[in-house]
Amino acid sequence: MTTLSEQDIRKIAHLARLQIPKDELKVHGENLTKILNFVEAINTVDTSDIKPMAHPQNLAQRLREDEVIETNQRELFQKLAPLTEAGLYLVPKVINNTEEE
Amino acid sequence: MHTKSIKELSKLLHKKTISCVELTKIFLERMEKYDSKLNSFITVTDELALIQAKNADKRIAENKTTPLTGIPIAHKDLFCTKDIKTSCGSKILDNFISPYEATMTNKLKQAGMILLGKTNMDEFAMGSSNENSFYGHVCNPWNLQNVPGGSSGGSAAAVAAYLTPVATGTDTGGSIRQPASYCNLTGIKPTYGRISRFGMVAFASSLDQAGPMATSAEDAAILLNHMSGFDVQDSTSMQEPVLDYTATLNNSLKGVTIGLPKEYFDENLTTGVAVKIDNVLTELERLGAKLKEITLPHSKLSAPAYYIIAPAECSSNLARFDGVRYGYRCKNPLDLEDLYARSRGEGFGDEVKRRIMVGTYALSSGYYDAYYLKAQKIRRLIADDFKRAYEDVDIILSPTTPTPSFAIGNSSQTPIEMYLNDIYTIPANLAGLPALSMPAGFTEGLPIGVQLIGNYFKEANLLNIAHQYQQVTDWHQQIPEGF
Repeated sequence: MTTLSEQDIRKIAHLARLQIPKDELKVHGENLTKILNFVEAINTVDTSDIKPMAHPQNLAQRLREDEVIETNQRELFQKLAPLTEAGLYLVPKVINNTEEE
Repeated sequence: MHTKSIKELSKLLHKKTISCVELTKIFLERMEKYDSKLNSFITVTDELALIQAKNADKRIAENKTTPLTGIPIAHKDLFCTKDIKTSCGSKILDNFISPYEATMTNKLKQAGMILLGKTNMDEFAMGSSNENSFYGHVCNPWNLQNVPGGSSGGSAAAVAAYLTPVATGTDTGGSIRQPASYCNLTGIKPTYGRISRFGMVAFASSLDQAGPMATSAEDAAILLNHMSGFDVQDSTSMQEPVLDYTATLNNSLKGVTIGLPKEYFDENLTTGVAVKIDNVLTELERLGAKLKEITLPHSKLSAPAYYIIAPAECSSNLARFDGVRYGYRCKNPLDLEDLYARSRGEGFGDEVKRRIMVGTYALSSGYYDAYYLKAQKIRRLIADDFKRAYEDVDIILSPTTPTPSFAIGNSSQTPIEMYLNDIYTIPANLAGLPALSMPAGFTEGLPIGVQLIGNYFKEANLLNIAHQYQQVTDWHQQIPEGF
């Protein structure tokens, strides 16, 4: 039986870039534990000779001619952005000042 | 006027007994009058609807029409509609005005349909009760204390209350069929790849499929004719020719073999539902169909496999919501990490967070083989079960859900209980098969549905059986009190 601790949830939430408030870690841990134990049933069958099925269709990716089909619509798309400047998306500074000479 | 079929409405529009503008106003007025009871719409596009209706009237005058010209529709708020808010029922997309149009909605627009608005839904289509919406829960027109089902709950409630003649939904694990069943509608999830997914916000890409929700199989067939088809913009779109799904509606059911999977008539099925399914079987036999018990031995593993595969694909798909390029962004982020984590933490609801975390865990280093790969192997076993079954039968019949609709607030507390709503609908998504839910009667005043699952691209068979059943029954014509 898998049991996820608050520490596990913190790690998963970090991987998923999800902020989970401290007081919710416990209940998420309980719920995820329940879900993981529910899906555990997949281990009741031997599947060593079975090929995984990623997709309902057994098709190869279609190829197409390499031609221009879309034009750049930067202004249109950036109108939706929370913060832009001079055609760029703005995010908090990622380079730490103290490391600069 | 508002309870007429698409065919009847189209006839009246073409005869100019009523104009498209007048018809549109009837439905807009009904929305205004009744939707405060249901909360089935997130966005009402009344101004656009009247412009589109005017254009439709012009096309009728010029004799340039389709069977859908001037017919109003509502789209689940998960389809991108150009210059119209597309929220997916989420706070994270509350401010998102789509800069482009989904292929499917565009096809219906080109066919002359009138967009009344965008319907409420479980956030990112994750849920079976429509209680997971940022815009509040939706009430079931058959009992306002009850859920309409989900995730296409707004579409289901709106059609059931005749606020729109038809609506679109999406189905990843039952999100068209389960609400159709709870609201007395005919809803079909076509074969995976039948309808373009371009412009449909992705939840689990290998399972998602759009489909019509209507008050009859005939209306669903007309809509499906115009929604289907190959799309170069969707890499999983199938090149299979589109049939005229209305052409075979009147075929006789003589000699059609219907398979009854014993695993679907299990201990989860309540008596109220089981009795109604028996009645449907009697009626179908009378129409000439033959019944045959079959076995789909891996059915019990469908829900466990699904609740790995769907969250895994969801965690990957929803990574795009980062607070940088569009959608919700948290206030005063400390750094980039904080911007991502807080925008997503504040923007997503609990069920979405749960599924992202389950998916992240299942895909994380050291667990991938045990969960995701194993679930994909189970998926093949389930698809193979169906393959074997279709050697002996034409169609598979089962209940759509184990129970009728339940009270709002009832099972929100336990995710697993909620997941069990979809045990009969999930297998068709895993295998990629077409499946339909149609009204089968009422138990304690609540509608229940029966599910038909067909072989790949056999949508016409499903609609034929449903239509024939609807010629000898009138469950689908019942109208909820107060609407």
